[in-house]
Amino acid sequence: MNIVVLVKQVPDTESPRKLKSDDSTLDRAAADGVINELDEYAIEEALKIKEAHGGEVTVLTMGPAKATDSIRKALAMGADKAVHLVDDGLAGSDALQTSYAIQQALGRTGFDIVILGSESTDARTGVLAAMLSERLGVPQITLANKVEIDGSAIKAQRVTDYGYDRVEATLPAVVSVVEKINEPRYPSFKGIMAAKKKPVETLGLGDAGIDAAQVGLANAATEVVDFADAPARAQGQIVTDEGDGGAKIAEFLASKKFV
Amino acid sequence: MPSQLLSRRDLEFLLYEWLDVERLTSRDRYADHDRSTFDAVLELSEQIATDHFAPHNKLSDAREPTFDGERVRQIPEIKKAMEVFSGAGLLGAGLDAEHGGMQLPYAVGSAGFAWFQAANVATSAYPMLTLGNVNLLMAHGSPEQIDKFARPMVEGRFMGTMCLSEPQAGSSLTDITTRAEPQDDGTHRLTGTKMWISAGDHELSENIVHLVLAKIPGGPPGVKGISLFIVPKYLVTEDGALGERNDVVLAGLNHKMGYRGTTNTLLNFGEGVHTPGGRPGAVGYLVGEPHRGLAYMFTMMNEARIGVGAGATALGYTGYLKSLEYARRRPQGRPVAGKDPATPQVPIIEHADVRRMLLAQKSYVEGAMGLVLLCASLADDAATAPTEEERARAGLLLDTLTPIVKSWPSQWCLEANSLAIQVHGGYGYTRDYDVEQHYRDNRLNPIHEGTHGVQAMDLLGRKVVAGGGAGLAALTERIGETVERAGKAGGELAGHGAALQAAVTRITEVTAALWAPMDVEAALANASVYLEAVGHTVIAWIWLEQALIAAAAPPDAFYSGKLQAARYFFRWELPRTGPQLDLLASADRTTLDMRADWF
Ligand SMILES: Cc1cc2nc3c(=O)[nH]c(=O)nc-3n(C[C@H](O)[C@H](O)[C@H](O)COP(=O)(O)OP(=O)(O)OC[C@H]3O[C@@H](n4cnc5c(N)ncnc54)[C@H](O)[C@@H]3O)c2cc1C
Ligand SMILES: Cc1cc2nc3c(=O)[nH]c(=O)nc-3n(C[C@H](O)[C@H](O)[C@H](O)COP(=O)(O)OP(=O)(O)OC[C@H]3O[C@@H](n4cnc5c(N)ncnc54)[C@H](O)[C@@H]3O)c2cc1C
Repeated sequence: MNIVVLVKQVPDTESPRKLKSDDSTLDRAAADGVINELDEYAIEEALKIKEAHGGEVTVLTMGPAKATDSIRKALAMGADKAVHLVDDGLAGSDALQTSYAIQQALGRTGFDIVILGSESTDARTGVLAAMLSERLGVPQITLANKVEIDGSAIKAQRVTDYGYDRVEATLPAVVSVVEKINEPRYPSFKGIMAAKKKPVETLGLGDAGIDAAQVGLANAATEVVDFADAPARAQGQIVTDEGDGGAKIAEFLASKKFV
Repeated sequence: MPSQLLSRRDLEFLLYEWLDVERLTSRDRYADHDRSTFDAVLELSEQIATDHFAPHNKLSDAREPTFDGERVRQIPEIKKAMEVFSGAGLLGAGLDAEHGGMQLPYAVGSAGFAWFQAANVATSAYPMLTLGNVNLLMAHGSPEQIDKFARPMVEGRFMGTMCLSEPQAGSSLTDITTRAEPQDDGTHRLTGTKMWISAGDHELSENIVHLVLAKIPGGPPGVKGISLFIVPKYLVTEDGALGERNDVVLAGLNHKMGYRGTTNTLLNFGEGVHTPGGRPGAVGYLVGEPHRGLAYMFTMMNEARIGVGAGATALGYTGYLKSLEYARRRPQGRPVAGKDPATPQVPIIEHADVRRMLLAQKSYVEGAMGLVLLCASLADDAATAPTEEERARAGLLLDTLTPIVKSWPSQWCLEANSLAIQVHGGYGYTRDYDVEQHYRDNRLNPIHEGTHGVQAMDLLGRKVVAGGGAGLAALTERIGETVERAGKAGGELAGHGAALQAAVTRITEVTAALWAPMDVEAALANASVYLEAVGHTVIAWIWLEQALIAAAAPPDAFYSGKLQAARYFFRWELPRTGPQLDLLASADRTTLDMRADWF
């Protein structure tokens, strides 16, 4: 089985994030880059599918040169090889363009399943799976918290507000996962050493057959018009418990329509 | 928020900017490594320590192990942490490739392991002891013993202990009484009682491999008659499966001030509770030759003592970071120059006296971490430097520094923990915060692995006089090189260098004066003062080294902090050695002349 897992490097959520004032894009240099958290679950799921059904796991990353750290980590966790789509022309691409660029790169890797985290902690658009499935003309299974492969069928539980839906599709397919799906493994020291020897193919726009006029900030379909820092958190409300603490909490929750 | 366990930035500074561990990758042993593998190991260590060691640190302190007469019970988080730790292959990090290891330099391994010690020193004691045991077997065990006992420990299936102490013999191992009777089949049967054995019993692993010091009847008296034995809790059959229960049993758990998550045990060997092969007596397998047991133990001594110093440092470090964070957030009082009660209170970090306590901690823990990593890197050099001469030089310097790297952090990073409590005010004295536990945990370190007093006698009685004074010269020459560089740098650093050189010259004089009368009793009476004076001088040297790098770097908050901490150490701490060296030079006999019945 040819399993491709999409891995994005994002700024560490532990460090404060800032947009740059000149072009309204994220200041990626200012923070440590880490693997987008949900993508770690995607990697784990890819490895599990490989362990159960055989095949190969390819990491596909679009991002600047320093994203290699995240690629190495994914390889150390156990992925077999990686494709790194890196080109200055891609900087500032929006979701629509990103899905186009990844579609092109997938044309080179081929795939039976594409697995990705359901959203990234930086942009949080959560639309990439849907866009990819549309572009690739294959089924999408989004927000999966359980995945099973049975021959050419893929069965999944899709998380909803009320529980989950059971959905089924035929491969090839695009699958996005949520954090309830598994517990991502740590890379092992042996894995770290082995990762050094695993192939990482670097692709520029031309290599991937990407039309430069369709990607990058200047050609984006969407534009960040304005932004502001999130307001500082206001002082919380302190309720003194005079024997009626429980009632007061219930009152508060009701006032916010939580109950 | 950056970690409150250790500072990744500082570890990188020490390893890469100062010790230049990347240079090691040009040596055959480390050829598969590069900066990216070092970074990945450090990151992995931080992550597992944060996710699986730190979260149960308080819980395992509050709910210490219990013994129901049958089994030891512990909170399940400890076992889970051990599984993740060995699953990541960290135990074998430094071992030879042929033994399933990854040949990671010890300096990088020590920095990585410090994350676990900072997160949970009690849980980290299990892998630390197991690794010490494995290293000893790798060095002195037979291929069969390595296969049977060491490999399963590397894989995380077995764990190990070190059984030296007995109820009546702690510092004085000459006086151990555990006996090992030779048997016709080449094995031995052990009888005796071992006290204080860390990780001596638990349910964390399939088997426990005890390394036990015992005397074979008829051997030479004293330490020359001590042999080393493997005594497994369960015998291991030829095909590696667990066999009969051996005759070693838990007599009881010790209830300790700290390190509570580590079981600490009184073990009885050969009491007859179990009868392997149909008769009482704990089955033991001799390691190496008879009567060389203590010598074998001591080959691992440098590493073991660096490990204790690293643990003390890690506890000091996390206490420092936690009190720093607290000081930034705790509003209390107003500036002395503007006490208008209508103005809001300021965070206590705005008070100079609180900054004093933070600076003292910073200078102790970052100085100690520097010493620990330097010693670990000397251990790497002693094993793998290109020429015989370089290896010998590194080994000699390491020998001299070993009592200091064990004792200085144990004393001063404990003091750092006391200051961390002080910064927290009344809250620091409660169990709602972490720092009181760090202090209790850290209080062990001056006691085990050779007490403070034993280290002092080792330094003054053996190390500095080794090779006709070569031990001390190895240290003073290295310091001299730093002083010279500081002189060239000029300015404040040259001033630090001059102060350091003055202390070193004084130490050389005092050492000679102490030994001139050839009176061992008088010379060693004040050995602890000597250890402390030399210790502070060594840390001043480490700070000068750090300051030289910081001064040459593009200025930022990190490097400014380094320079200020160095300044603090030279202004506030190094001068303490003056009166200590005066006292030593005066050949003071106050403690010597005091009599037991005058108390
Ligand atoms: C929590 C804990 C874990 C331990 N884990 C282990 C373990 O895993 N394996 C193991 O074998 N041991 C272990 N030990 C034992 C530890 O190594 C001993 O406690 C230590 O060696 C001191 O021995 P002691 O307790 O008998 O004290 P003593 O030797 O009785 O010392 C008491 C005091 O007298 C001083 N003193 C003793 N002799 C001299 C001398 N000749 N000159 C000057 N001063 C002297 C000491 O410095 C000390 O201050 C552990 C101890 C503790 C507390
Ligand atoms: C076991 C215990 C029993 C107690 N019993 C009582 C009791 O019976 N009655 C009672 O009233 N209180 C009691 N206390 C409270 C005790 O007096 C306070 O803890 C103490 O005054 C310190 O105040 P704090 O804890 O708020 O620390 P903080 O005032 O927040 O101090 C934290 C740190 O900041 C430093 N600091 C604060 N302000 C300044 C400043 N302006 N300049 C320089 N440094 C500063 C302090 O020296 C300290 O190191 C008790 C506390 C404990 C732990």
